[in-house]
Amino acid sequence: MSQTDKNKPGEVETTGHSWDGIEEYNNPLPRWWLYSFYACILYAIVYTIAYPAWPLLKEATPGVLGFSTRANVAAEIEKFDSMNAPVESKLVAADLTAIAADPELSNYTNNAGSAVFQTWCAQCHGSGASGFASLGYPNLLDDDWLWGGTIEDIHLTISHGIRNEEDADARYSEMPAFGRDEILSDEEIGQTVQYVMKLSGQDHDMAAATAGETLFLDNCSSCHMEDGTGDIYQGAPNLTDAVWLYGGDAETLTETIAQSRYGVMPSWKGRLSEADIRAVAAYVHQLGGGE
Amino acid sequence: MWDYLKLVILGVIAVLAAIAANYARDVAYLVNALTVMAAAAITFVVVLRGMDEDKSIDTSEYMDGVVRAGVIATAFWGVVGFAAGTFIAFQLAFPALNFEWAQGYANFGRLRPLHTSAVIFAFGGNALLASSFYVVQRTSAARLWGGNLAWFVFWGFQLVIVLAATGYLLGATQGKEYAEPEWYVDWWLTIVWVAYLAVFLGTIIKRKEPHIYVANWFYLSFIVTVAMLHLVNNLSIPVSIFGSKSVQVFAGVQDAMTQWWYGHNAVGFFLTAGFLGMMYYFVPKQAERPVYSYKLSIIHFWALIFLYIWAGPHHLHYTALPDWASTLGMVFSIMLWMPSWGGMINGLMTLSGAWDKLRTDPVIRMMVISVGFYGMSTFEGPMMSIKAVNSLSHYTDWTIGHVHSGALGWNGMITFGALYFLVPKLWNKERLYSLSMVSWHFWLATIGIVLYASAMWVTGIMEGLMWREVDAQGFLVNSFADTVAAKFPMYVVRGLGGVLFLAGAVIMCINLWKTVTSVEGKSPAAVPAPAE
Repeated sequence: MSQTDKNKPGEVETTGHSWDGIEEYNNPLPRWWLYSFYACILYAIVYTIAYPAWPLLKEATPGVLGFSTRANVAAEIEKFDSMNAPVESKLVAADLTAIAADPELSNYTNNAGSAVFQTWCAQCHGSGASGFASLGYPNLLDDDWLWGGTIEDIHLTISHGIRNEEDADARYSEMPAFGRDEILSDEEIGQTVQYVMKLSGQDHDMAAATAGETLFLDNCSSCHMEDGTGDIYQGAPNLTDAVWLYGGDAETLTETIAQSRYGVMPSWKGRLSEADIRAVAAYVHQLGGGE
Repeated sequence: MWDYLKLVILGVIAVLAAIAANYARDVAYLVNALTVMAAAAITFVVVLRGMDEDKSIDTSEYMDGVVRAGVIATAFWGVVGFAAGTFIAFQLAFPALNFEWAQGYANFGRLRPLHTSAVIFAFGGNALLASSFYVVQRTSAARLWGGNLAWFVFWGFQLVIVLAATGYLLGATQGKEYAEPEWYVDWWLTIVWVAYLAVFLGTIIKRKEPHIYVANWFYLSFIVTVAMLHLVNNLSIPVSIFGSKSVQVFAGVQDAMTQWWYGHNAVGFFLTAGFLGMMYYFVPKQAERPVYSYKLSIIHFWALIFLYIWAGPHHLHYTALPDWASTLGMVFSIMLWMPSWGGMINGLMTLSGAWDKLRTDPVIRMMVISVGFYGMSTFEGPMMSIKAVNSLSHYTDWTIGHVHSGALGWNGMITFGALYFLVPKLWNKERLYSLSMVSWHFWLATIGIVLYASAMWVTGIMEGLMWREVDAQGFLVNSFADTVAAKFPMYVVRGLGGVLFLAGAVIMCINLWKTVTSVEGKSPAAVPAPAE
């Protein structure tokens, strides 16, 4: 053991090694460090006795507390399921139109419906239900409904969805792609666009709109109606208001008429319980636009 | 003769790479093949031009050229990695920065692995390469073993970085965190790594000192363990030898467990053990004090490397992983706390008797705060591994904050300290160009880390609480989008923290550059000689 000139009197010794001028004191392990280390080891041993830990030949030691994450989750789900069971069966049995007037049911559907909406619907319709204009995800807060805004209509739409492949009862309609399928020429499409802009009270080309009126009546009115107010039985939007699913400017309208649109909503019948579907239908219905 | 053999090998590689490029099935593979071809061709020319040069070198001197190159690479990749990180931090705050014209190349998903690999492997890896080559020579009093093999390791590693980075941008990834590079990059890294081990071990074997210094234990454990982790985690079968895609050998929860066994020990052996090697050399050197406790260094070294390797399952709490594995991951993490702190104690207590240097020497200050952040994150880690804590923290930004207080605070700061120590020595200068610039770097980086970590604690705990919030009837209260919206202010603060940290690193680069170019030189270089 060497003492160097770096050592002051009373200081611990170094080990005597030196590497590139680096020496090492021979200080003992700090007591608090050592005892904390022991305490951690002790904690680990006790913990592995209490909880599932050591793998054996066939399965691991289960631990004396009988802890299981899967059992815990199941218990928690079961707790809320059994708590909500009475009100859920009342909800499923109730007449859809009677939900709003029943304080117990409407209180439940507001909470449950909101949770279902935030989990399953917000991805497209937004967490505030205002949709995404221009992407074709409808705003659910206004009173402009593609497929009807009564609670029965909303319930039907949610249950079966729109234009999906998995549910035979899905709401279905398809607008022709007038440009892609060469039903109308580019010029005719332009004229129809101007007429639709006239219908919705926007600035438009007078002459083109006049020509477009005939085209509209020949090609569009069977779904969108002669006055352009649309038809909820075919999911045909009202073209006379300022609410647009994809956009009401000339460029977007041209795109819509030429290429058509095919917005899809999934069927929720197999994925959500009837109580959840009713809850979220009631929730959407009371957001502001329900009829 | 040896040169002719090299030329033949390089020529064959260039031709094979050209063939691979010709048959390439995807863009990433094509660009990577062309890169390899170019690298082989450039090396070919370099070897050819150097053939009739006098190759005799003074083997009594330390081999410092490769260390100098490593120092430059560390600083360069550091700035690249920090800039990428700062940019993607702002991409999260302002999604419009995922520019439409750069979709598929520079969106967050492509840049994120670029950032993590750039800071961990390019910045951290080069810091470890350079410092380990420097330290092992000094503490063994021996020149690096293997002649120019060290240069092969250096350039081979840079090639790994370039192949990986261009691959990420072009979409080649095996989707394993911190192990994204595809199969052929993994193979190449394996070759480079074996060469690295040979150089390092060879130097230790021919050392003139009777004992192996503690820093070298840590470096060696890092090199050996990373080799093992890399091999197991990257077991995959290429779909085609002319394509970048490969299929993992493990599936499901076994793949997840393998990945996090790797991922956790990449932190444990790359970012902890390797950097502890740096700490054990540069702190006592800069402080000019003996290491506090030899005994502690032995005990905490063996405890650390024994315990770390078992702690990986704590990354998979509350997943498909069986409960027993989860428990073991947690308790091994708890036991790891004190062994980790052993390094902190040895680092900090080495300064006892030299505390006044904190006032006068900003480089020491950098090293001390680095050890401080090390202590903090090695406490935070075991705490977050406790299942009850993890149920709140998992998947939240708290994890990101934890990683960055470790990476920026510990790995970043100790590397900066080492660079400030190394540059005057390697370029034979009297001193650093400016100590006040070091001070500026210190404060910018420290404030940057504090902003980063505190912003992430706040968002992490907030989103954890929001996710788990249920109403009286058991329904979730918040949607995921609500939590994203709520995090916005903290995301901006995090980005600003990144800007400060990056600014500090740029100041460091200027300072180091000026040190090399405008500080007066010193007397001749040191020669290897065992300490008396």
